[in-house]
Amino acid sequence: MLEEIGTTAEGDLIINVGPQHPATHGVLHLVLTLNGETIKKVEPHLGYIHRSIEKMCESLSYRQFIYVTSRMDYLSSHINNHACALCVEKGLQVEVPQRAQYIRVIMDELTRIASHELWWGAMAMDLGAFTPFFHAFRERETITDIMEKTCGARLTMNYMVPGGVMAELHPDFQKDVKNFIQLYKSKFEEYNELVTGNIIFQNRMKSVGYISYADAISYGCSGPVARASGVHCDIRKLYPYDVYDKVVFDEITETAGDSYARYIVRLKEMQQSIHIVEQLIDQIPEGEFQAKTKAVLKLPKGEFYQRVETARGELGVYIVSEGGTTPYRIKFRSPGFSNLSALEHMVKGLKIGDLVAAMGTLDLVIPDIDR
Amino acid sequence: MLNEELKIKIAQLLPAIEFEEGGEWLNIHVPSQAFRSLIVSLRYDAGLDFDYLFCLTAVDWKTHFTMVYHLTSTIHRHHVVVKVKLDRNNSEIETVSDIWRTADMLEREVYDLFGIKFLNHPDLRRLIMPDDWKGWPLRKDYEDPVNMIKL
Repeated sequence: MLEEIGTTAEGDLIINVGPQHPATHGVLHLVLTLNGETIKKVEPHLGYIHRSIEKMCESLSYRQFIYVTSRMDYLSSHINNHACALCVEKGLQVEVPQRAQYIRVIMDELTRIASHELWWGAMAMDLGAFTPFFHAFRERETITDIMEKTCGARLTMNYMVPGGVMAELHPDFQKDVKNFIQLYKSKFEEYNELVTGNIIFQNRMKSVGYISYADAISYGCSGPVARASGVHCDIRKLYPYDVYDKVVFDEITETAGDSYARYIVRLKEMQQSIHIVEQLIDQIPEGEFQAKTKAVLKLPKGEFYQRVETARGELGVYIVSEGGTTPYRIKFRSPGFSNLSALEHMVKGLKIGDLVAAMGTLDLVIPDIDR
Repeated sequence: MLNEELKIKIAQLLPAIEFEEGGEWLNIHVPSQAFRSLIVSLRYDAGLDFDYLFCLTAVDWKTHFTMVYHLTSTIHRHHVVVKVKLDRNNSEIETVSDIWRTADMLEREVYDLFGIKFLNHPDLRRLIMPDDWKGWPLRKDYEDPVNMIKL
């Protein structure tokens, strides 16, 4: 039901959290029904950053619509573009050269690390620890500098195209990434010392925001949120694309299902990502960086679905094509949308401070939800 | 289970199903009267166990709507795509939000953008558009002279 802000007949308070709020990570408007400080109901109000991307894509060509998707989940923009490019390639049945596949996976994993870094810094800041934010952004700056040399942009990269990647790598790319790998491996001790082992942090995160295995599947959770409850759902392992079947990495799962488990899953995923980059950086084969495709792309009549693993979870791109130069209908199955629907289940009966901790570990990016 | 075995098993449940050829996953077309019982069987029957609904959407084909449900099983790792054809003027279908909790918000989004009503949904109202918005934006005949620019 739509509640008015005020006090209910039973004495419960109905208040707003957001949409302008430092802890909501974007424009998320939550209407809380509180009994004292205990949460009775959480209702998200969405739409503050709805840009009708799905409708817009119906009038954009298959080469153009990829650039709009960078703005959806802007922290994993390479991975979004990758998903769209893979879906179009599925329709065109075009073979992507090996060099492009390696480059795409390396870019994806670097993006995953950058996204998890920002998550780590922002989440620690929500709980009141201001120092980790600077440590996280120091690492993130190194990655965005590497990206800027090759792709020209720091946030919305627009580097992947149907058929491969848009341009050749910068000559310094391999050297820069190797330096970054050396620098990064020593950082995990720092992170654990700063935040993970802190007793206040652990007390705020353990047993907060619990979601069970069956509920995580029913609510459609994916990514670290589901893996922290024990669900094996890493798309890179189950349905590998590009060269993910050639690299060795672990799928990180925990069983506790609370905020601390989600935190540990993401920290360990950062380690796995750097391990993947390390395996691939010396193996990039020579060759073309883009397959030959026509200038104007036309997908045959039919439907195509591609699933990828973004930093937040499972992104799905569903294209319905009628044989023209523009898609007839595109649907983006966004991971944040389903993860957000589990929020109320997680925080009912807890305090507002626990809401902030649980929301931080869900890693929501609101443009991804509103599209 | 492979597509062929799934086909046989599902055809046993409901003989009136049509299968669509092509595509990497099994696509089935279900008449809307038989939809609810088939969906419950898909979720709870042993051997099928489609417990993960990963995409729920609608497509406007100008003469009718098609609801599309993408299901997968975390136990058997097989997929199925359920499609239901709806009449344009009277577009209603039963909700599946009691079977998969994720469908709650997904169905609200489809209602918001297409105007398809979901029967027995706990709280069906607009999600992304403002509450007093008129019209169903993702329909093909949606006109909005202020916000839409026709090229």
